[in-house]
Amino acid sequence: MLRYALKRLLSLTLSLAIASLVIFAVIEVAPGDPASFMLGVNAQPDTLAALRAELGLDVPKTERYLTWVGGMLTGDFGTSYTYRTPVSQMIADRMWVSLPLALYALTLSTLIAFPAGIYAASRRGKPGDIAVMGATQLGVAVPNFWFAMMLVLIFAINLRWFNAGGFAGWDKGFGAAMQSLTLPAIALALPQAAILARVMRSALLDVLGEDFMRTARAKGLSHRQALWRHGLRNALIPVLTIIGLQFSFLLAGSIIIEQVFYLPGLGRLVFQAISSRDLIVVESVVMLLVFAVIMVNFVVDLAYAAVDPRLRSRT
Amino acid sequence: MSRNLILGTALSSIVVLAAVVSFLWTPYDHAALDIPNKLKPPNATHWLGTDHFGRDMLSMIMVGARTSIAVALVAVGIGMAAGIPLGLTAAARKGSWLDELIMRGNDLVFAFPSLVIAILITAIFGAGAINAIIAIGIFNIPVFARITRGAALSLWEREFIMAARVAGKGTARISAEHILPNIANLLIVQGTIQFSLGILAEAGLSYVGLGAQPPTPSWGRMLADAQTMVSFAPHLALIPGCAIILTVLGLNLMGDGLRDWLDPRIRVART
Repeated sequence: MLRYALKRLLSLTLSLAIASLVIFAVIEVAPGDPASFMLGVNAQPDTLAALRAELGLDVPKTERYLTWVGGMLTGDFGTSYTYRTPVSQMIADRMWVSLPLALYALTLSTLIAFPAGIYAASRRGKPGDIAVMGATQLGVAVPNFWFAMMLVLIFAINLRWFNAGGFAGWDKGFGAAMQSLTLPAIALALPQAAILARVMRSALLDVLGEDFMRTARAKGLSHRQALWRHGLRNALIPVLTIIGLQFSFLLAGSIIIEQVFYLPGLGRLVFQAISSRDLIVVESVVMLLVFAVIMVNFVVDLAYAAVDPRLRSRT
Repeated sequence: MSRNLILGTALSSIVVLAAVVSFLWTPYDHAALDIPNKLKPPNATHWLGTDHFGRDMLSMIMVGARTSIAVALVAVGIGMAAGIPLGLTAAARKGSWLDELIMRGNDLVFAFPSLVIAILITAIFGAGAINAIIAIGIFNIPVFARITRGAALSLWEREFIMAARVAGKGTARISAEHILPNIANLLIVQGTIQFSLGILAEAGLSYVGLGAQPPTPSWGRMLADAQTMVSFAPHLALIPGCAIILTVLGLNLMGDGLRDWLDPRIRVART
């Protein structure tokens, strides 16, 4: 297990290094100099040179890359070109919206998908199963941002149970903050719940055909007891993998949902940064998202190998 | 043929038909402004109503279908054109440094969600339908590479491949003549699924302004325009939303149906 973990750790480090190189290289070829963008077309050459020096744009690219990566390792993401504040501070502020939103959505998606998947599997081929599967087919097809708009129309505009957008802030109390995240979280969770319910159902159905399930029934357990004691536990392995992968989808998906609800998260930060050509913010946020995806995959791989020893030897 | 396949094909055909017909005919000019008739709900003259500039919604939906289909289709094409050869190569050279390089490269691209690729591309070249195609296309490459490699690996163990080897065929020829035709069904099914994901991704990218730019109509863009007016003109959001849902639902049902229909084992089990 240790050897496997070390091997995966090496490949993780390599992936992160290459990803950072790709992101930096892509942003570097971007046309337009941030300093001239900030000062406008009538800028004096010496002012421009001074600003370029201040932003660290006058040093060679290799050095800038190393400074950027080295900085990120110590939590220093550089200074925003437009706001002149540390990027790490901006990201940390926005993270308090995006991360809880993704976690909230993940919880909701699991809470919806588990009962739905278990119910469908235990009623295979019956009307209940067909209804749940039909609903998940629809859930997968619904764009989450459109669903978000419908939620706003029904629950914010017509029923007035929630605000149509904006974020109350954690300083207004946990309840108020969670209330502003509830509709966005539901919108994000629905399509993921549909996928997860389908995975849960098929994983359970696979397990139900196994010999040990027949043994469990033969020794006198009812169908329900066998399902809960033996079936569910074994079906959880593929389900947990999907949950892990969904977290990164939710984090990236929150970028769009934040636009619908005007939430001050990472998504809005990155769009504002694109329009103001604040490239250092764009590259840092993108790197952070990619880092999150790679890390989650790494943890899922390790967890999977810990549960299923056969996987360790396969790679 | 299963019910899924029939329903899915019917739904998808309607959308494709609408897109094709829009080249020859639309009820109104999709770009023609008619301010006195703005925000009209569906009625006898405008079947799906009008938008905030009085443009005919049905005409916009028909022309928007072109954008969605074109972007998703080309993106699937990019994914297949690059992903299938990569997957075949990796499988043919299983365990070699080339296999390792391709698969690790795949993992790396996989770590960039299509939205993140789109953000990066937009940051450099600006927003547009072409950039949306590239972003979704890049995202599709590892999907096809992985599925091709996985399916090809099991085929390489089979006797008929061994026979082809004994007959003196090289790995490239075996991949093209024996492996590819045998995994074509699987790739077609995956293509349908990626096509439906492409429709969703295109809508999302246009919604946040990273996809097709005005005046090109796109379903995502229509939803973005509708957002501030949804309280007094819900049809502006309902209609493009339903267009997306029906298209994606149709493609998914078609993919499911095709998988069952093309897989001889399932077909035999059913009869």
